[in-house]
Formats: sequence, C-alpha cells, structure tokens
Amino acid sequence: MKKRFLAAVAVTATAVVALAGCASGTQAGSGGSVKTLTHAQALTAKSADDFGGMAGLEAAAKKEGHLNVITLPPSWANYGKIIAGFEKKYPEIKINSENPDGSSADEVAAAKSQKGQSTAPDVFDLGTAVMNQNLDLLAPYQVQNWSKVQDDWKDSTDSKWIYDYTGLMSIGYDTKKFPKGIKKLDDLLDPQFKNAVAIKGDPTQANEALSAVTMAALQSGGKVDDIQPGIDFFQKLKQAGNYLGTLPTQATVAQGETPVVIQWSFNNVGWGPAAGSAGNPNWKTVVLPGTGFGSYYNQAINVDAPNPAAARLWEEYLYSPEVQNLYLAAGAYPAMLPAMKKDGTVDKAVLQKVGDAPSDFVQLDADNAAKASALLTAKWAAAIG
Amino acid sequence: MTALAQNRGVGVQTPRRRGARPSAGWIGLVPFTVYALLFLGVPAVLAIASGFFTENGAVTLANFSTFADPTTQKDIVGSIGLSAVTAVGGAIAGAVICYALLAVKPDGWLRTTVDAGSSVLAQFGGVMLAFAFIATMGNTGLLYAILNGIFGAGAFSSPLYTVPGLVPVYLFFQIPLMVLTFMPAMEALKPAWGEAVATLGGTRWTYWRRVGIPVLAPAFFGCAILLFANSFSSFATAAALLSQGGLIALDIKRASTSETVLGHANEAGSLALAMVVVMIVLMSVYGVLQRRAARWGDR
Amino acid sequence: MTATEQSTTPAQDRALTPIQAAPAAEPFAPGRAGRAPRFGAAPSRPTAAVILVIAGILFLLPMVASAIFTFQANGGGYTVGHYLDLVNPDLEYNYDVLFQGIQNSLILCVLTAVIILALMVPTMVLIEMRYPKLRRIMEFVCLVPVTIPTIVLAVGLVPTYSVVAQLLGSDAWTLAFAIGVIALPYAYRPVAVNIAGVDVRTLTEAGRSLGAGYVTIMWRIILPNLRRGIIAAAFITITVVLGEYTIATFLGRTTFQTGLVQVQHGDPYVAVIFSLLALLFGFVILLIIGRFGAIRPRTKD
Repeated sequence: MKKRFLAAVAVTATAVVALAGCASGTQAGSGGSVKTLTHAQALTAKSADDFGGMAGLEAAAKKEGHLNVITLPPSWANYGKIIAGFEKKYPEIKINSENPDGSSADEVAAAKSQKGQSTAPDVFDLGTAVMNQNLDLLAPYQVQNWSKVQDDWKDSTDSKWIYDYTGLMSIGYDTKKFPKGIKKLDDLLDPQFKNAVAIKGDPTQANEALSAVTMAALQSGGKVDDIQPGIDFFQKLKQAGNYLGTLPTQATVAQGETPVVIQWSFNNVGWGPAAGSAGNPNWKTVVLPGTGFGSYYNQAINVDAPNPAAARLWEEYLYSPEVQNLYLAAGAYPAMLPAMKKDGTVDKAVLQKVGDAPSDFVQLDADNAAKASALLTAKWAAAIG
Repeated sequence: MTALAQNRGVGVQTPRRRGARPSAGWIGLVPFTVYALLFLGVPAVLAIASGFFTENGAVTLANFSTFADPTTQKDIVGSIGLSAVTAVGGAIAGAVICYALLAVKPDGWLRTTVDAGSSVLAQFGGVMLAFAFIATMGNTGLLYAILNGIFGAGAFSSPLYTVPGLVPVYLFFQIPLMVLTFMPAMEALKPAWGEAVATLGGTRWTYWRRVGIPVLAPAFFGCAILLFANSFSSFATAAALLSQGGLIALDIKRASTSETVLGHANEAGSLALAMVVVMIVLMSVYGVLQRRAARWGDR
Repeated sequence: MTATEQSTTPAQDRALTPIQAAPAAEPFAPGRAGRAPRFGAAPSRPTAAVILVIAGILFLLPMVASAIFTFQANGGGYTVGHYLDLVNPDLEYNYDVLFQGIQNSLILCVLTAVIILALMVPTMVLIEMRYPKLRRIMEFVCLVPVTIPTIVLAVGLVPTYSVVAQLLGSDAWTLAFAIGVIALPYAYRPVAVNIAGVDVRTLTEAGRSLGAGYVTIMWRIILPNLRRGIIAAAFITITVVLGEYTIATFLGRTTFQTGLVQVQHGDPYVAVIFSLLALLFGFVILLIIGRFGAIRPRTKD
C-alpha cells in the first residue's frame, strides 16, 4: 500500500509538471507582423484588414497556437479532411475538436459554461433555430469572400453569421439487402423493410430527425408549415413493423443493423463507399424526386473566443474554394457554390460525381420551425408509441 | 466488547496526544466536508433549484407542468420499472456469483480475475456497450442471426430497442457492480459462525436462514439501492439504443439540449428533482429495513 | 454473532460433533493447510464451478460478438485489415485525440483514486471511531451523486469549475474533483461493508490500551484490516474514471471516452477495437494491482 501511494505521488508530480507545459493561452503579437493586435482588439476584429491583411491574420493566429472547434464529427460533411487540411496548412495551430456527438444546443451550452476558459469553443456550426436564440454569443466578422455569398444566405446587417453548407434529406440503404432499390417514400412500407428504417434520433431533440419527418411530409403531400402527413407516415411505418427506434451510426450501418437510414445526403454519402474501409461499400444514397428539403447550417465566431485570431483564420480557410470543394465532395452543397460555378473555381469532376445542387429546395424558416416543433411535441410520442 | 471500553479508566494510562481529544476529531471531518460541499452540495442544489426558475431567472412553478404530460408519466414508470428490475435481478445474480466465489481461494488467480473483470465491466457503458449488444442481440446480431437462420428470416424481432429490452444490457454492468460491492460483505461471514451452527446441529439451510441471510441483509439491500440508483440515472447506453426516449434520464437530456424544441431547459431541473424525490423515498425505506436488520449486529 | 453461547458438557460435545457435523461439512478445502474449512457459508466446488462458468460465458458473449465485428470486412468476409489501420501512419492523425484522451484518463485515474483514498476513507474511519451517529449522514452524502443524473450535476458544476479554472487552469486533470464526487457512491459501499465487518472501536481501544497513537492505530491496525474494501474502492474508482463521459464532454476536456467517441465517427471498426483493447488493458492493470495487493499476508480475522 505504501508503494502504491508513493507511486501515485510520483505519477501525480510528473503529471502536474507535464500538464503545466500544456496550457494554452493567447498572447499579444510581438513584432514581425504587419499589425499586432492585443487579445481584446483581436476579439473585435471585423475582417482580415483589421489584422493588416491575411499575412497579419495568419501570424496572429499562429501566435495563439490553438483552435477549439466543437461538434464537428470527422465523417460529417468531410470535416475530417477539412480539419486535417487546416492542420497541414498551419502546423503551428493545434485544433482541439470537442464533443463530436453534440447538437447545436450543446455548442451554445459549452460556450456559456466554459466562458472565459481556454477550452471554450472558438467557432460554431449552428442550426438556424438555436442560432437565432443566441445571437448575442456571436461576433461580427466578414470573411474575404463575403461578397461571394448571396445576401439572403448571410447576416447582411450585423455580419454575425453566414451559411456554410446544406445537404438534402436523403435515404441511404444497403443495395445488397434491397437490390430493388427505393423509388418513392411509400416503398418503405413494404414488408421487406421490416425493422429496417431508422432516423437520426428524436425529432423533438435533433434537427436531422425533424428534417426527416419534414421530408416525409413533403413527399406525402404536406407542406412546410404543416408536417402532420410526415408524422402520419412514420406512424404507418411503425405499425407495419418497419420502423427501428435506435440511433443509426456508422458502426451500425457497417455492421448491417440499420440497413435504411433517412438523414442528410452528406452523411449518407460519408458512410458509404466514400469512407473507404471504414464505410459500407454497398451503401447507396438516393434523394427522392419532388421538392427537396434542405437546411443550411451557419458559421459563426464566438464573441468571447479564447483564440480570436485563429477563429477568424478558420473562417477564412473555410470560405476558400479548396475547402468549399471539400464540402461538395462529401455531398454538402456549400454556400459559395453558385459563385464558384460562375467564376469556374468549382471542381467540375466532383460536381459531376455528386450531382448539381437542386435548383429548388425548401427550408424551414423560424415560424415553420416553431410550428413543426409544437406539432411534434404534441403528436410524435403518441404516433411512434 | 463494551467491557473493554469500560476498563479504560482502570489503571491504564492513556497518554495524551495533541490537544483535547473531543474537539480534535472535528478537524478530521473538515477536508471531506469542504470537498463535498464544493463539488457536490453546490452543484446539486443549483441543478435541482433550476427547476424553480424560468429561462430568464424568474421564480415559477411552470416547469412542473411537465409531469402532467402522459409521455413524462410513462417515462417515469418506465425508469422506475427498469431500475427496479435490474436492481433486484442484478442484486440476486450478483449475490449468487459472490456465493460461488466463496469457494474460491481469496488470494488466488481466479478470484483476482473475477475482481478485475467485475471492475472493468461495472463501468463499461455508453455507445460501446450498446454496440456490443447490437452485435449480440440486434436484428442482425449473433443470436438472432442464428435464430432466424433456424426459424426463417424475420421470424424474430429483437426486443433490444424497447425499454424492457434494456434489461439485459443494464444487467451487464449491474451484476459486476453488485459483485464488486457485495463481496466484502460475503467475506465478512466468519467461519466461526458456520462451525457454531454445525456444532448446534444445524444444517446449511439453517445456517443461511438464521445467520447468513440476516447478517447479509443490510449490505444486500444497501447494494441493491446502489444498483437502483445506478440504473435510474444511467443515460449514455439508453441514449445509444433508444433514439425515441422512454426514460426520465433521456427526457432530461432532451429538455436541456434539444435543437428543435427550445425553451424548456429548466424542465430538466424539475425532472431531476423528481428523481431525487424517488431516491429519498427509497433511502427511507432502506433506513427502516436497516434498523430492523441491525438487531443482528452489535450496533 | 452470539450463537456460540450454549452450555454442553464436553462429553455431549464429543457425542454431537461427529454425527451432526457430517452433513454440514463440505467436501472441499480450498485453503492452505491450517485454515479451518468453512461450514455452511461456501458452496461446493462443483456448484461454484457451474455458476462461474455460466456467468463467464454470458459476460463474454457480447465481447465475442464485438470482436467478430472487428474482423468483418465490409461487404462480407473477414479480414485483419482494421487492425492494420491502427498502425497505418496516414491515419495516425485521427487517433491523436484518442491517445491524448488515454493519457488524460490515466492521470485522472491516479488523482481520483488519491482523492477518494485520502478524503473518503479516513473520514469514514473517523466517523466510525468517534461519531457513529454521523454514519447515516455520510451514507446519504455518498449516495447523492448517483441519485442526481450526471448531466444535471454537470450543469451545476459549471460555476464551481469556472472558479477552479481561474485558480488551477482548464486542463484535464482538474476533472478529478468532479469525477471523485461521481465515484463516491461506488467507492463508499465496499469500504462501508468492510468497516461494518471489522470492529473498529475494539481495535482502536486495544491499540490505545497498548500505547499506540492514532496514526499508528490507523496505519498499522485499521487500514490493513480494511485492505479488501480499499482495494475494491480503488478498483471501482479507476473504472468510473475510465467510463466517465458526460462531465468530460460538458466541461470540454478530452478523456478516453470522449476520444473514443471522436474516433468512432471516423472509423467504427477502429473504435470498437480500441474499446475492446481498453477493456483488456484495464483488466490487465487491475489484475496486476490485485495480485500486488494480495501478496501481503492476510491478517487473521
């Protein structure tokens, strides 16, 4: 027991010494860059010009040395490659990716609970509903390519947010199990899909699940302001015994437990052959004909970011054609796509492979989102039983 | 035993140590008390009290309206039911395994293996445990692949994705927890008592009925309560398996971090309060049980 | 405990014992020579064997199913390719976070165990020796953390941790305080049971009457008797740390579990491999600690 105690003390001492060297911190720039800003100034910088251009921004970010991102799973919209690309381009900046399973609400909760700490998130990738409730957490900033994104896809008044990408609600399925494929939504009521169809969680909790119900509503004759037909469809699905009430993951798709998943197209693509040995090679993604349903996510910077220059550099990085093409490669339509198609910076091969963005797809605006969530709160649990 | 204590004053010198004894002891309690207050008391109070406030900080009872919701009521029943079943089942199964372990050399390899295995499995939970069970008992898992192979495809649906289906999953960490916490009690059964019963002409059944079970009862119920609480507040595994909720712990997560239904975050506090109330009731029952069982101890 | 009281003559004893003892005597002797065989409590060897084998199979089944999954090539068939992915240098960056998490978790194991052993155990012994009326309160306090769902507790920990962050920084090791609280209910039970079985007051009185000071009594008399409970408590604490996810996520630190979830999003096979390896690793470590703890000679009870 004595030995164990001494060993514990030794390990603790080593640990304290080792970890003391790991503290991240922001420092004011000191010479060698175009403009050096203090931490407080960096927090309020509204564009790269405030740093004296991209060179100044890069230097300031490198001085900070860390970047905290949150809820960016590697297989979601190619974030794995995007993060790796950033680390390769700026090896002095270490990215700390927290809570990949979290939701937009978790991001906001983390920003509030870790306010002032070095682990607070620097940048957000938020769903619109949550973002609109927390605009006071966002810092105004205009990336260099701000003008390349159309006006209704960004915060034209305060520059606090900008659309980053959207997918379309799609159905992914295992072609080995269902060789006949899925042509319309009602195909899923067929007995061959017993215990097969899953959505990404509970619609009263997760945006992606809510979007699945909305898509079902649109395919069943409903409208964005009334998703009751969607709830009805899932009730029929459940009664047919085809609805699987578990959370599909890349693991369950690879293993075969969830052979049909209704989720964003970029996720379905990301879990299929595109994932190489980690994905399911027989996984096919199909977007049903008719009105497509998408939902743009929003990029924003934390007004209290512990690493403000790095946060802003990240935004600049994301809104460069290389990274926008990475989004596209995963099946997520980036906000700069129309502009990139015009000036030719889009990767044509990738666009060919993924398919062009649909010209018309609908999103839920704030009112419809509220109506949808109220309807779900009242009816979903009873329908799914 | 008390005689010895009374002998203290008779001709035996008790050397005085640092200061007056009665008050020195209180200082020993201070570190733990401070720790418990800071990291347990404050968070617990904050967490539960949040149920009484709205998002803007006004005092309200509106959060408690969530209990009128039939879904919440169903989930409360589900949580209590699941916890009770896994607590009782886990306690009994764990006790049986402890019983078997009595026949094993206490310092031997088998015993150490079981101890280490129980420790590791007692906290194995979350997504990985859920996946292990999907691979075993899911619709395409080991067991059902065999069953459906024999009886034809689609003959059996896995019960895994319902609240009752969580029972085997929870037992997987409840039983090791029981083994780990109950074994010291089992080992405290002194051989002398066994010999005494034998000397008096008792059988093994007599031993258990008159000595073993009454002595073990307080520890057994204490561990069962721990198992109940463990299951009651357990969250990660259920979240991975039941995407549509069904337990109070999941409701709490949903209320506090939903992306789609906003503004109900403080309902999590009222739900947490309900959970604490259930536990207090249980602890009171346990207290009564323990007082009755204490007749067998020298307390 | 008082069942030994009876008044028989030695002649009656001799007459009774050989006849009555036969059914009660168990056909086994697991201990070394010199240890009295247990009457009544322990089961027979075959019974014990059957129970343990059945339990072993049931518990290994999900592990085996997971392991089979790791060998599956997507698209059917079997492969060891996923294991090779572990050492593939191109994919190393994916696992960075996991290794960081493992490092942090190991440090947390040690710190949390120290907190529990240095704070909880002495307090429990002190209460037992001097303030038995506080026992009920201690039990309640140590049970509270498991009655409040962790996610709610995490919300409550935020203000405390903002103070901690100012004083001690935001590194992962500061989580030890919160996880120590979470581990309290589990660590309390084995130590409490052990204390209940050891008559602390008598031992203290005996020690004091022989002239020992409190430190000596604690270190040389009480704690060795509590060895089983303390080791069990340490085991449980270590596994609580290794299994803890919610608080680490909420406070934004990287631990083993959060790293595992990260990796799972990139490659599910590797994630399952890592979790099985973690189980194995934890098992081996605890086995070693357990053997180390068992080597010292047992004090006779």
